[in-house]
Amino acid sequence: MGDTLDGLSSKRTVFVTVGTTCFDALVKAVDTLEVKRELSRRGYTHLLIQMGRGTYVPTTSPGEDGSVAVEYFHFSSSIADHLRAASLVISHAGSGSIFETLRLAKPLIVVVNEDLMDNHQSELAEELAERKHLYCARPQTLPQIIAGLDVESLLPYHPGDATPVAKLINHFLGFPDA
Amino acid sequence: MEQINQSCFYLMSFLAIIAIRALYVLYLTGKPRRNKSQQPLSTLIVLGSGGHTAEMMNLLSVLQTDSFTPRFYIAAATDNMSLQKARVFEDSLVDKKGVKGVSAQFTQIYRSREVGQSYVTSVWTTLLATAHALWLMIRIRPQVVICNGPGTCIPLCMIAFLLKIMGIRWSSIFYVESIARVRRLSLSGLLLYKLHMADQFFVQWPQLQRKYTRAHYVGCLM
Repeated sequence: MGDTLDGLSSKRTVFVTVGTTCFDALVKAVDTLEVKRELSRRGYTHLLIQMGRGTYVPTTSPGEDGSVAVEYFHFSSSIADHLRAASLVISHAGSGSIFETLRLAKPLIVVVNEDLMDNHQSELAEELAERKHLYCARPQTLPQIIAGLDVESLLPYHPGDATPVAKLINHFLGFPDA
Repeated sequence: MEQINQSCFYLMSFLAIIAIRALYVLYLTGKPRRNKSQQPLSTLIVLGSGGHTAEMMNLLSVLQTDSFTPRFYIAAATDNMSLQKARVFEDSLVDKKGVKGVSAQFTQIYRSREVGQSYVTSVWTTLLATAHALWLMIRIRPQVVICNGPGTCIPLCMIAFLLKIMGIRWSSIFYVESIARVRRLSLSGLLLYKLHMADQFFVQWPQLQRKYTRAHYVGCLM
């Protein structure tokens, strides 16, 4: 894994994404001084927050005083570009965001939304964290997780594919395999 | 009195026939089909949203679409993205193979209950959604149903099962549990599994297969 060398500058962006959800607890958690200091200490220079339908607005900062520059937006049609440009991704636990980030081989911290009623989303994040593909956090444990972050220890995720399903369906219906 | 007895007898016989037929359908469910003719089968693809749709698209991309023709896509009326993705997929097939003609149809379906809707109004919306699902299924009469949750697929699978019992159309139902389900099945998955409605039931994590032994473990689709 590791950071992608974007060549030009020492700009290292942390991209926070909540997808189409409302996840103020996550935005609040990254908007704390504690988290911003830790990110800055680890050499991250920019913090870009996609806040979705949330109402909590993070404090923006130009980052001129050596601290992390903070920007935010609600939605974007080009999340993929932001993911690609990021050195670290902090995401909600939706499977779409998780696998899109893993496919781009970006270090990823998944934050589970504990306010969701049917909280099955933690299952996937915890399983993938156990397999060392990402870090799994809760809004309140995010500072510790960032403090203990070891990007090098993450293992690349090899995307799966659906051919076993297609084979079984073909076999069942009496179609030959491709 | 005799008349009542007689109609009672007819009713009981009728119910018995339906019950026997239902058991017969359940017995055949999960048994491979002998499709010697290799004719393409009309296929209903029920799209979820977000991650569900992405997983379904991964499956469709490796399926021989010629065998699953024509294809009918159904998504929830509140979901604008999923059918769009299906259209892009179908267009890519046309570009790749130069296939002409319409082999795909896209339909939106009413949902029985939106998030946050009150239970009182849900009664009406559920009736409406069921009627809509019934109308769509009778019109499409698919030979294959492929779904991967969430809730939208349940009424459609129920109706497909009903059409089997009534002998209107035999369909094979395939259900792929979402990759997000590692330890427990989703409600849709649990229903289809417990009611023995799916001919084949796929899970993406070994833990789930150990718990639900009739399921096929197929590894991750993403």
